[in-house]
This record gives sequence, C-alpha cells and structure tokens, in this order.
Amino acid sequence: MEKVTQALNGLLGWVDDRFPLSKMWNEHLARYYAPKNFNFWYFFGSLALFVLVIQIVTGIWLTMNYKPSAEHAFASVEYIMRDVEWGWWMRYMHSTGASAFFIVIYLHMFRALLYGSYKKPRELLWLTGMIIYFTLMGEAFFGYLLPWGQMSYWGAQVIISLFGALPWIGDDLALLIRGDFVVSDVTLNRFFSLHVIALPLVLCGLVAAHILALHEVGSNNPDGIEIKKNKDANGVPLDGIPFHPYYTVKDIVGVVVFLIFFCAVVFFAPEMGGYFLEHANFIPADPLKTPEHIAPVWYFTPFYAILRAVPNQLGGVIAMGASTVLFMFLPWLDRSPVKSIRYRGRKYKTALALFVISFITLGYLGMQPATPTFTWIARFFSVIYFAFFLLMPFYTRTDDDKPVPERVR
Amino acid sequence: MMRTITLFTLIALLPAPGFAAGGGVKLMHADVDLGDKESLQRGAATFVNYCMGCHSASYMRYNRIGKDLGISDDVLESNFIFNPEDKVGDTMEIAMRKSDAENIYFAVNPPDLSVIARSRGADWLYTYFMTFYKDESRPMGVNNLVFKDVGMPHVLWQKQGMQAPVYEMVRTADGGEKKVITGLEQISRGSQSTEEYQQTVRDLVNFLVYLGEPAQLKRKTVGFWVLFYLIVLLLPVVYLLKKEYWRDIH
Repeated sequence: MEKVTQALNGLLGWVDDRFPLSKMWNEHLARYYAPKNFNFWYFFGSLALFVLVIQIVTGIWLTMNYKPSAEHAFASVEYIMRDVEWGWWMRYMHSTGASAFFIVIYLHMFRALLYGSYKKPRELLWLTGMIIYFTLMGEAFFGYLLPWGQMSYWGAQVIISLFGALPWIGDDLALLIRGDFVVSDVTLNRFFSLHVIALPLVLCGLVAAHILALHEVGSNNPDGIEIKKNKDANGVPLDGIPFHPYYTVKDIVGVVVFLIFFCAVVFFAPEMGGYFLEHANFIPADPLKTPEHIAPVWYFTPFYAILRAVPNQLGGVIAMGASTVLFMFLPWLDRSPVKSIRYRGRKYKTALALFVISFITLGYLGMQPATPTFTWIARFFSVIYFAFFLLMPFYTRTDDDKPVPERVR
Repeated sequence: MMRTITLFTLIALLPAPGFAAGGGVKLMHADVDLGDKESLQRGAATFVNYCMGCHSASYMRYNRIGKDLGISDDVLESNFIFNPEDKVGDTMEIAMRKSDAENIYFAVNPPDLSVIARSRGADWLYTYFMTFYKDESRPMGVNNLVFKDVGMPHVLWQKQGMQAPVYEMVRTADGGEKKVITGLEQISRGSQSTEEYQQTVRDLVNFLVYLGEPAQLKRKTVGFWVLFYLIVLLLPVVYLLKKEYWRDIH
C-alpha cells in the first residue's frame, strides 16, 4: 500500500514538474476560499455548468442522427424519437435542458440583483456573464430552427426580419443571416453549423473566462461583505472555507435536487403543457402557410412583449435590444454603497420587486396575441422595466441603506 | 419578499397555453387511456381501414405498432398492410400521389398523421370526429364545427349516421341578425349507436395519441424508476455526506 502511494506521489510530482496540475487543483478547488454563508441562490452557478454539460452530451448524440436539411430535418427528429434506441430520452433531455438552462440562468442573474454581485470589484465577472447570456440566446435561437416545425420556421422568419428593420444595413444583414431571400435549407444548414460548433465553442471559452474572473476576485455572498478583508495569519479569509470539499459536496446535493425536477419534466411532462415544446412545432415547416399566432419560446417572451409594445418597428427593435443590453450597465448604474438586499433601503427593494413583476408579466404578455388591452398593459410594464435601470442612479444614491456589519453572519 | 418572488416565478410557469380551439367551439373531452391495449388495437384497426386510404403515418413502422400493441407479424401482414410490396418493418406510407390528392381529389394534400395528436391535441381530434355535419354547399357534402370548411369527407358516416346543424338567429353588434349553429341533430342513423360511435372515436383518438409518441408507453415507467433512484437512494446519501462534511462549519 505504501509503495502504491509512493508511486502515485512520484507520478504526481512528475506531472507537476511539467504541468500545473496540483497548482490548478489548489487554486480553483482545494484552496479557493468561498464565503461560508452561501444560501439557496448560490446553487445556480454550478447548476448552469451542469446543464451546459447535459446539453453538450445530449447534443453530441442527437447530432449523430439528425439531418440538417429542409427535406429531412423534421423526419429525422421523429426518427430519433421512434427508431433510435433511447433517442426520445436524448431529445427530451436536450429540449428540457434548453428551458432549464434559461430558468437556471435567470435565477443566477437574479441572485446578482439580490446581493449586488455585479458591483465593484466584480464588473468583469458580470460582463463575461452577460456575454454568456447573449451567446446562450443565440444558441437557443439557432437550435430552435433545427426541428423544422412551423414555429421553428416562422419564429426564425420573424426574428430575422427584426434585423431587417435596422436602417441602411437592415435588408443586407437579414439576407446575410438567412443566406437566402426566405428562411430555407441554406438557413437551416448555417444555423446547424452555428448551433453545434461555433456558439458552443464560444460558450465554453466564455464560461472558462467567467470562472477565472470569479476566482480572481472571489465570490460575493448573501451579506455582500468582502471576506478578503478579514484574514488570519496565513492569509486565509476568516469567513472563507475551501471550495473543495465543502461546496463540492453541497453542490452535489443541489445537482440531485435539480435532477429530480428535471427528470420529472423529461419523463412525465416533456412538452410542459406547450411551454417547452410548442404544439404548433409538431407541424412540419410550411413556407406557404403562416400560422395564426407566432410566439417565441417562453424565455424570450419578455423581450418580445417589449418589441410589440412600441408602435414603430425600428423603435421596437431598439427597445428590445436595449432591454437586454441595459443589464450590462448595472455595475455603473447602481450607486449604492451597499451590495446585499439585506442592508439596502426601501427604494431598491421596491424597485426590484416592481422589476420582477414587470419581467414576469411581460413574459406572459409575450405569449399572448397582441390585443389592444394587452398592448397597453405591456407598455405600462415596459416603462417600469426601463425605469428600474434608468432611474437606478437616483434611487440607489438616495436610498436609506442600513449599516453593513464587519463579518458575515 | 424572497419567498413571494420565488412563488411568483413558479406560478408564472404553471398554467398551460392550450391547443388552439377551432371557431370558439367548446371541445369535448376525449378521455383517452393509453393503458387500454384493446382500445389501442381497435383504434389501430380503424386507422388502417378508414384513415390510411388517404393519410400516411410516414414516421411509424408497422412492426413498432405490432410490438407495442401485441399484434403479431402475421396479423399485421394480413390485416394491416394492404400494399403487397410493403414489409412489416416498413413505414406506414400510402399509395396515393400527393399531386393527385391536391389536383384531383381534395384540393389539399391530406397531412401525414404521425404526430397529428401532438399538434391538435386529443380533445380537438375527438370533437372533430364527433361534429361533422351535412352541408350541401361543400364539395364533400359535409362541414365540421371545429374545422370550418374542411376538405375531408366524413369517412366514418356509415358508423355515425349523418347530423344536421340546428340554427338560431342572434343579434350582431351592429344591430343585424346572424344565423349561428347552436348544436347538431341526428338526421339519419348509422350502423352504430351513439355510445358505440363515441367508443370508436375514443379508440381512434387513443391510437392517434399513441402514434404521436410511441415512447410514452415506456417513458413514464422509466421515469418512475429514475425518480425513485434519485429521491429514495441518492438524495439521502448526498445530503448526509454534505451534513457530515459541514459539521465543523458554524
């Protein structure tokens, strides 16, 4: 036994002389000190990574049987669902994983809003995260065309036409994206390429950058107190604990609980009542027949509602773009000296609550047909949505924040 | 506040966007049961005898139905496959050319029915088969309450008999009067009683739901064991492991 340990240590030493294996292990796991007071909201980072792995692995298997051509795409998905052993399982994991990804990411982002995780010194952490989010939106959009159902087709048609609304370059840009004058086989092929190679590569790179940025500045926590301010004689934060084993074993619990919900959907409600797999997408794409009601999948609907709330098309496109891009300016819009909602004043708490209500309401409205009443409600909540960001410098500066304690609770 | 926010998020995800209902008609309840194998077999028989004259199910193989519903290859060959060149492992194609369907018979191409239940929903299909009515102005002599000006003939009319609409005059918003259909009445008897016909349609819709996703027979059983493993076996282990490690953290 002793000899085996010796041999293994020898091997590790040999590797460490040539590759920073122990150094990386220590820097990112065994001696990465995370605050000891993480709560529920801190599961979603590792869960996002877990869902990314699910999507990549199931995606690899789906690609083995999927055919990216306008003639065969729809049939090849049904072939996966029927003739490929466990193909239905791979497909449902992937389709449920897409929605799960957005649920996890939205909760992950909401955590940042709760505890001020985007504030100094974590601006770049927040920005890399936002770029991941935008890439993920692209990834989801390209992937949604692949089943080649009616919603795939017409959803893509609508979204691409939004780019056509831009002045000067609009028409050429839309043509460049489609590669054709309408959404066609050519479009499907390039979306497939972007979905399975280009964006996943970018995503993985960005995720690495996101984690590196996190480990450089250290994790925030529900108290919004920098644990690096209070260190012991060895330079270890007093309120920090090694990520491994403490948070690895804790995150495994998170993963198992997540899997319980995830598998409940995959095995018992993969369509999720038409939210995760839309009914109209079981009709093969027909370029000659526009569906009565075109709505994007639920994770895009808040922005879609904002788009439709603006009477002018170009104005709508700009508003929709702004509604996502504004998140990137949060580190500079927020003027409060306090990070966590625990020590924030009433103004920020009210603003955040209103923002969440508008986000959810807009999400609901984005799925409904745009009746005059709904459009006016959407306008009302769009104004609140933008006010949350644009008035932030004023209400955060004058808020009645509470004093922040020295150490975490 | 945090709890409330979490709750809001969950509620927002719960209600289901329904299938598009046709013409504001209240849909009847199909009440299908995929566990009822005999019903699925009867539905399969109705499907190949009455639907597959014009509709294909190109994503489905005959012997998959055989395997799932307990029908032997011999019975499949003698009672389900009408084209002598087709084998049990073939997909359920039809002989009619698309161009003939469009130009000669129906003016539209009868859609493939493999996943029709997933786009229409069981209740819509059930209501559709129940609400054909006599309409001499239509090329096929019939119309439908949930599918206005449908191009398909009432294929099951010999079983159901024929229904005629009951009209009522209602005032429109601009003060005029409009004839609307308030119900259907039986004008000729079919070979089946109302109850028998309802059962025929229920069996057929049951089969169409199965046809839309054959894996669902297996999916829930697998899902039960997956959840059992996660909840009963894995969750306590990982939870106790976490608790053990975290004992010294306060």
